[in-house]
Order: sequence, then structure tokens, then C-alpha cells
Amino acid sequence: MIHQYKLNGYNIVLDICSGGVHVVDDVTYDLIGGFESTGREELVDELASRYPDIGREEIDGIYDDVCALKENGQLFTEDTYEDKAGELKAKTNGVVKALCLHIAHTCNLNCEYCFASQGKYHGERAVMSFEVGKRALDFLIENSGSRHNLEVDFFGGEPLMNFDVVKQLVEYARSVEKQAGKNFRFTLTTNGMLIDDDVIDFANREMSNVVLSLDGRKEIHDRYRVDYAGNGSWEKIVPKFQELVKARGGKNYYMRGTFTHRNPDFLEDIKTMLDLGFTELSMEPVVCGENDPARLTEEDLPIVLKQYEDLAKLMIERDREGKPFTFYHYMIDLKGGPCIYKRISGCGSGTEYMAVTPWGDLYPCHQFVGDEKFLLGNIWDGVKNTAVREDFFNCNVYAREECKDCWARLYCSGGCAANAYHATGSVRGVYKYGCELFKKRMECAIMVAIDREFNQDGNTDK
Amino acid sequence: MEHIKTVSTRNLCESAKKGGCGECQTSCQSACKTSCGIANQQCENKNK
Repeated sequence: MIHQYKLNGYNIVLDICSGGVHVVDDVTYDLIGGFESTGREELVDELASRYPDIGREEIDGIYDDVCALKENGQLFTEDTYEDKAGELKAKTNGVVKALCLHIAHTCNLNCEYCFASQGKYHGERAVMSFEVGKRALDFLIENSGSRHNLEVDFFGGEPLMNFDVVKQLVEYARSVEKQAGKNFRFTLTTNGMLIDDDVIDFANREMSNVVLSLDGRKEIHDRYRVDYAGNGSWEKIVPKFQELVKARGGKNYYMRGTFTHRNPDFLEDIKTMLDLGFTELSMEPVVCGENDPARLTEEDLPIVLKQYEDLAKLMIERDREGKPFTFYHYMIDLKGGPCIYKRISGCGSGTEYMAVTPWGDLYPCHQFVGDEKFLLGNIWDGVKNTAVREDFFNCNVYAREECKDCWARLYCSGGCAANAYHATGSVRGVYKYGCELFKKRMECAIMVAIDREFNQDGNTDK
Repeated sequence: MEHIKTVSTRNLCESAKKGGCGECQTSCQSACKTSCGIANQQCENKNK
């Protein structure tokens, strides 16, 4: 299977199953487009009349080149991976390598669009005790098999509302990781309200990554991200984020925004982030209910898709100016990205990744917390609800009928189970709106990667 | 330009032979938290 598209002056051909990426001229683009449906003679004739400046002989030569790429497994490669779909998960069956610790089901902001209902996840306010957190870390070590790197995200609500426990848990993890043969990688996701020197120092010392919530323009951010008195938080948090990032000294962070129906033109928000001096950026479509006014509409879709294209062009411009920035969804390593097993396995929610509530219950991921149907078990007794785990275990790219003919399936791995569930009622469904955004993001990401590759080689012709 | 420029990429068919160590990051953990995508992940297999 191949996928062809034109973007920013590039004619791009993806060979889906080998991961191959080719940049071609117009005649070759058309030739590849007709290769499987039209016989050689007819196709070459047709192209010779469409491109009179290119001789028939030359087009014949291109045809041979395309045949050679096919022979070489770089074009029209067959999908032979379906039987491998369960292999990685089977090999690592029962191994848990990442936990999202819901350190605080409470928040000092009252964001209307919050998927976690102001941090409470449709339940009571609660904070995780050190004992529960410690047991969660022990549970992770005990269940991580031979896996070395363990990921723990301090999540909420607002985790800094329970900062002492965060610190104690990191201290505990550091005290046991060596002996257990593990390496903890911590992430803190915060709205910034409680950042102070102590937090900055701690986060920059102990957190592999920090995710900072900022929606971009002040008026956009303050529309949703308000305190309980209704005051916007932008003025308060931006200087704190700037201070934290400055002190971070190049360690990973993401300035993470959410865009909604209010700002489908989210590129303006990305530009604001850049103007504020941030360069590691992520901007996510809102996750919310069907009747929520924040929900992205069909009318928003073309606007959003255009933002992604313009964002890619902006990245290239900034590359040329020597002021590069990162957009989370455009990070793509064509040479060193994930292997095929990872690409067909799905995200790992409910199997290798779980969320832990403040009282120690386990859910398939943070987005299922509070939905009792998905309660897996707890950190003392382990996973008891094997039916739900089985459902997630079998959730891979081949489990979704709609994905079978999609060119993006080995880039998205079947998509987000939570999004699928909320859109269709099944974790094996497909959230089509999300697919449209994802496909555009991949096209843009690959185009930017191509531009970088060609320019790094000093070859700037297109 | 020449007719076809092939970008250097990891061959997925080859990765089937030595892949699957499971050391890579969980997909949406520690970043987006709301949409899956694995293409932007790093491979952490030391023996590939």
C-alpha cells in the first residue's frame, strides 16, 4: 500500500508497510498513481501525452525505476504484519511499565473544558497518600519484569496540590530503583499555579519531563483556565513557566495547550508560545462531551487542518532562520522510530500502562478513571477484571476494521482507545474526527522531516 | 530534479526481525495525554 500527497512543493510517496518515503517529480507522481491500475504501455502512453517535454524513453526509464523500488521492497510493499499484532503484547504479557499517578483529584483551577471534571474525575475530591503512592511504585517494580525504564507521571487534577507526597515518592523511588535494577523516569503535569523556587529546583532535578499547561493567547487561555472566582490564570502562570523553563537547562519539557471550538485557529496560540520564549510545544484538540460548546465542529475541521499545514511551514521558516522549535506531533524520526511491533500494538493502555487513583484503584488509562466499567483492580491485589484487560490486550491496529485500509495505521497504531470509546461506545471503535487530524499531522510531520533531511544535506532543490 | 529521491528510513520489514523489546516509552504518557500516535516515539532497543 502507498499513500501519495502534495504539500509545500513536495510530491511525497509513502510506502506504508516498509516505512519508505520518496520524493518525486510530477511525472513520477502520476506514474506511481497509475502503476497498479493501468498496464505499462497504456500508462507510459498516457504520461507521454500529458508530459510532452519528457520523452517516452525517459518515462519508460522511470517505470523501470519504480519496478526496481517495488522489487527492492520500497514501494507497494504488502502488509504481512497481521499475525504479529499480538506478539509484542504476548511477549510482555502482564508487564506494566508505566503508571499515571493521580496524585490529586482536586484542582486550583476550574477549567470548564476539563475532561477530568475539574480534576475530580466525576467523584469526590481526594489526594493520594504517601502509603498509596509507595505501594503503587512497588506494584510497578513488581510487575515490570525485565523492563529497565519505568515511567511515572504525576498527574491530576493538579499534582502540586499534593507536592509533599510527590517529593516523598520520588525520594522513595530513588532509594529503591538501583537495587531493583530499574530507572524511574518521572513526569510532572502542572497548570503552573503553585510553581515556586522549590518546585522549579525539584522538577529540574528529578523530572525527566515537565508538561506545562498553557493554551496560548491570553484571551484564549483565560476563557477556560480560570480559578474558582472566575479569574484568568495566564498572568499568574506565564512568568512562572518562563522561570522554570529557563532554569531547566535544556531538559525536556512541553508547553501543552488545548484548542477548542473557541480557537480552531490555534496557530496563533503557538505563535504566542514562541513569542513568550517557549520552543517545545504541544497543542491538543479538546476531549469533551458531544454537547459541550468547546467541542470542535465539522466547520472547524478545515480551519484546523490548515493550521497544521501552516504550522509545518512556520517550522521550516524558523529552521531557515536558525530558530527551530519542536511540535510534539511533528517529532518523527524516520531513521530511528519505533519498530513494527510497537507500531501495530497500540498505545499500551490497560496492559503496560495504567492509571492509579488517589485511593489505589487501577484503570486502563487516565481518561477512563471514574468510569466504573473500566475498573481493572487495585495496586494491592493487582488486575482482577481480566475481561477489561483482555479487551485492551486485543486492542491493536488490526482489531479495527476501519483501520485496515488506512494509510496512517502504522503511524497511529489504531488510535486512542479513550477517544474511540467516547466517540463510538467501544474501545475498538474509531474516532473519525481524530483520524482526520492525525492524518494531516502525519503528512505535515513527514514533509518537515523531508525538508530537514534535504537541507541538512545542503540540497535545497525540491 | 532527479525523478525519485528516496529518503533514508528505518525499514519496518527488517525491524520485524530484531524488534519488539518493549523498552520504548508508552505512547501518550508524559506528553499529549489525549491522542495516540506512535510515530514520534524513539526506539530504545540497544540491539537493533
